[in-house]
Amino acid sequence: MKRSKDQNTVIPPNLRRRGFLKGVAGTAALGTLASAGWPVRAAWASPDSDTVRVGLGHGSTGDSLDPGTYFDAYMMFVGWGLRNNLTEIGQSGDLLPELAESWDMSTDAMKWTFNLRKGVEFHDGKSLTAQDVVASINHHRGDDSSSAARPLLSGVKDISVLNSHTVQIRLRTPNVEFAHMLSDFHLGIMPAVDGKADWRSGNGTGGYVLESFEPGERTMLRRNPNYWKKAAAHFEAADIRVIADHTARTNALMTGAVDIIDRADLQTIHLLKQNPDIQVEQVSGTQHYSIPMHANASPFSDNNVRLALKHGIDRQSIVDNILRGHGRPGNDHPIGVSNRHHSADLAQTSYDPDKAQYYLKKADMSGLDVNLSAADAAFRGAVDTAVLYQEHAKSAGININVEKEPNDGYWSNVWMKKPFSMCYWGGQPTEGWMFSTSYSANAPWNDMFWKHERFNTLLNNALAERDVEQRGELYGELQRIVRDEGSVVIPVFADHVFATSARVKHGELAANWELDGLKGLERWWFA
Amino acid sequence: MLPIMQSSLKLLKTAPPTAFLGLTILTVVLFAGVFAPWIAPYGETDVVGAPGLSIGGDFLFGTDQIGRDVFTRILYGARNTVGIALLVTAMAFFIGVVFGLISAVSSRWVDQVLSRLVDILMAIPPLILALLILTIAGTSVLNMVLVIAVLDSTRVFRLTRAVGMNVAVLEFVELARLRGEGTWWIVRHEILPNITAPLAAEFGLRFCFVFLFISALSFLGLGIQPPTADWGSMVRETSTLISFGIATPLVPAICIALLTVGVNLIVDWFLYQSGMRKE
Amino acid sequence: MIQIVRLVAQRIALGLFTLLIVTLLIFLAVELLPGDFVDAILRQGRTQESVEVLRRQIGLDQPAYVRYFSWLTNAAQGDLGYSFSNERPVSDLIGNRLYNTFFLAGYAAAMAVPVALTFGILAALYRNSVFDRVVNITALSAISSPEFLAAYILIFVFSIQLGWLPSLAHIAIDTSLWESLKLLFLPAVTLTLVTVAHMMRMTRAAIINLMTSPYIEMALLKGVGPKRLILRHALPNALSPIVNVVAMNLAYLVVGVVVVEVVFVYPGLGQLLVDSVSKRDMPVVQAGCLVFAVTYIGLNLVADILSIITNPRLLNPS
Repeated sequence: MKRSKDQNTVIPPNLRRRGFLKGVAGTAALGTLASAGWPVRAAWASPDSDTVRVGLGHGSTGDSLDPGTYFDAYMMFVGWGLRNNLTEIGQSGDLLPELAESWDMSTDAMKWTFNLRKGVEFHDGKSLTAQDVVASINHHRGDDSSSAARPLLSGVKDISVLNSHTVQIRLRTPNVEFAHMLSDFHLGIMPAVDGKADWRSGNGTGGYVLESFEPGERTMLRRNPNYWKKAAAHFEAADIRVIADHTARTNALMTGAVDIIDRADLQTIHLLKQNPDIQVEQVSGTQHYSIPMHANASPFSDNNVRLALKHGIDRQSIVDNILRGHGRPGNDHPIGVSNRHHSADLAQTSYDPDKAQYYLKKADMSGLDVNLSAADAAFRGAVDTAVLYQEHAKSAGININVEKEPNDGYWSNVWMKKPFSMCYWGGQPTEGWMFSTSYSANAPWNDMFWKHERFNTLLNNALAERDVEQRGELYGELQRIVRDEGSVVIPVFADHVFATSARVKHGELAANWELDGLKGLERWWFA
Repeated sequence: MLPIMQSSLKLLKTAPPTAFLGLTILTVVLFAGVFAPWIAPYGETDVVGAPGLSIGGDFLFGTDQIGRDVFTRILYGARNTVGIALLVTAMAFFIGVVFGLISAVSSRWVDQVLSRLVDILMAIPPLILALLILTIAGTSVLNMVLVIAVLDSTRVFRLTRAVGMNVAVLEFVELARLRGEGTWWIVRHEILPNITAPLAAEFGLRFCFVFLFISALSFLGLGIQPPTADWGSMVRETSTLISFGIATPLVPAICIALLTVGVNLIVDWFLYQSGMRKE
Repeated sequence: MIQIVRLVAQRIALGLFTLLIVTLLIFLAVELLPGDFVDAILRQGRTQESVEVLRRQIGLDQPAYVRYFSWLTNAAQGDLGYSFSNERPVSDLIGNRLYNTFFLAGYAAAMAVPVALTFGILAALYRNSVFDRVVNITALSAISSPEFLAAYILIFVFSIQLGWLPSLAHIAIDTSLWESLKLLFLPAVTLTLVTVAHMMRMTRAAIINLMTSPYIEMALLKGVGPKRLILRHALPNALSPIVNVVAMNLAYLVVGVVVVEVVFVYPGLGQLLVDSVSKRDMPVVQAGCLVFAVTYIGLNLVADILSIITNPRLLNPS
């Protein structure tokens, strides 16, 4: 690939300084570990290329550029290379304007007006207008939409063009966090063609232009010379591969065949860290593993049984053995430490077999036999987690029978079908968004079939509450309710752990997704 | 009872050292499997230490990815691994040889029907077929054994039919037919003895392939159910360590290799024996 | 000769029949799988409305027999349809991967078959010698270690430690032949390791088996030397079982190599098939299985013809 001088200097001075400091630290580390006997880089590693090579653990041959089908990190990562949203979650977790320059919310939090940035062009040179935004949002709603993001936008009553650069969205119920929700990975803005969003071309306003797309194999992107964001998208090109096998991914990074890998193997992460050519990154975010119980099915309909199961798991042991310390114990509610209103003073549910037995007795039971469905499709280590849970619960008189399910079809045949199964959630940047995704009574992803009247009332109040402090208090109460009466065991919050070659540099890392909010392509650069 | 023991003792005395090696390996593995609960220092699923301890520390073979004793799991694994592999291979051979022989000596029509059925089964990629069936029927050990046995038996069928037909057209078989011997007699006295050699060799190899197939299935998340210990999954679960030059996954892998070499050494001995008898 | 032509024609007709049954079986099996394409694609994101809409869009709302026959009619005319998932023509999706798969299979076979035959014959020639035992035990150890372990060990030695060969085997359309051979060396060696033992031991066993036949004994009595005896007298008659085993292993190389594809990140048919099964992407599953079935039937036909040429009596059993 040809590269020109001025494209080489896109990195702004402030970023470059940070890069310099990192570089110094890296050199120091190299000095101490150079004698560790690490192999020399091979010829094909080509470290002077400006193309960033990424190996991701997700992705399948059925992937599509249709954002309504995005499910895993691969298409999200590619998607954010190609397209922008109206809003985005910044590195520090704050909501930032992206294609929407600014927005207004009516006092009842039901009418939102978004003012679009002017002068933004799609890859093919077409200018961004309000019509594109309406078509892109409507791609996920309406009777003929097959998008997985439909529930997310179910609160939208209508969307209309006010003028060429203003869009108005009216909601059915108040939602003060609606602007946050527009940062969702499904909601990238595509060009409108005949009133319909054109997803097939991969055309967008993002930092990279699509060169080739081989589902389940490889995506090639080229830097967008016209990118409207200054000081972003620093790589000349990107080569994003699917490397599903974690050992293969580790090997590829160690031999210099790729520069970035996600989902580093925790079992061997301490060994990888010793390699001076590689930096391992760890971010505590909102990602958590959950074990939903169907509240509408026996024996889980009895809250005492649920409490017994909550006290029957040794969370620290899961953190130590499954996450190898890369995470923290969960407290049976889905709000993580990186969330603004995480309730830190809520007491931690303890591993206490006596307490578990006490609750069993309250439920008029002397022992408990339950089946726990698990497959590593839920998350890596899900089966081992279930086996550990089985061991822990034994001493509380709870007999958990681990049923290993096939990875194939896990989400359609096991999750939400079997009464007690393994699951994971990436989490959401705001509390209200997370709770309304899967905890409110009418949420389609309420995988616990849990209906709690007071919870629902408080949640609706919170979503209509404009005062941040008061909203925070309501969220605190919601966390307590879910911990004490919810129908889910949330054993751990798992850190995002990924690794890059030492020449990849970055600033503060976002906590909402792995790889810097899955926007590493846009935010990172080469030393 | 006594004469049998005497004759087997006599047989053992004439056994070459390689056969002894094979017998020793098989005996040790079977012993370990049967008496695992008494020999093993810990329970099959007990978490006894920190995860990923290396070989030679407090635990003989270290600990696995969630802190279970590898030595204990190897012992328990012997029982499951050998049991399943032998069961699958035996079933595959029973089905395959019976139908293969029927096909080799029966009329054209029977042969055609059987062969076409097997052709259809074999024309579907085995791993995909196993994936389909196990996803439909559920991934219990019994289902897995049945599926692999049936898939494997198609290969045994083809081999039996091929070598059986080769023999069936030889002069001495035709002679026997002309003598008016029945089909069953011909199978027992003329065909079976002449095809045992390739079949026995195939048995030893099919035994290896069971491990390969189970490990390929576990790659797709369909293998033996945890927390049950089996050598193939043990290799899989710790295999990333290889990239860092750590030998833990080699322990179960070497066990599998030793076992298959042992079984094949015994098979070779039988081959040798049958060769001697004929001469 | 006419008889062989007749046999080929007969086999092709039977082959077409087999293909028909295979497509029907695959269709039924995928139908029986819990959940359909729509459930699989929407996974955690599925809701009642989106499920219904997507089903209608793809035509999954039609009864199964209608879908099968419309697929069959199109397939018979050479139109394999479009992938449910990304609306690409199946032929495009399969084409490139088919080439990759055949290239790797051919590469591995080019290494494995000569090695297996040579060592098999040598082992039979010097049977029960130290050489025979060493060859046997080595081959058995190689075959008994799972493919991924062999691959990881090769990668550790040749990619990580020595840095000679890459751990990713990605070939593009413009990759030169020499470069491709280098890139695919490790996967090909891995596949050689798992297939060579089977073919080698069959060769050895088949030859040894024939060594006790009367006509070989006759030749021995006539004073024919051991090399000539094996190559001229035993080998031609042992070819039938050997060719059969070689054909089986070649078929295995075409679709049984999912694990090797995953470990070396090689875009072949196996991975595509497994992915498509889990997505319930019927047109892709059908096309992939058809490719395998055609390969398998073709290989068998060749194996049978070879067997008959070496043992013409097979043409007229009883």
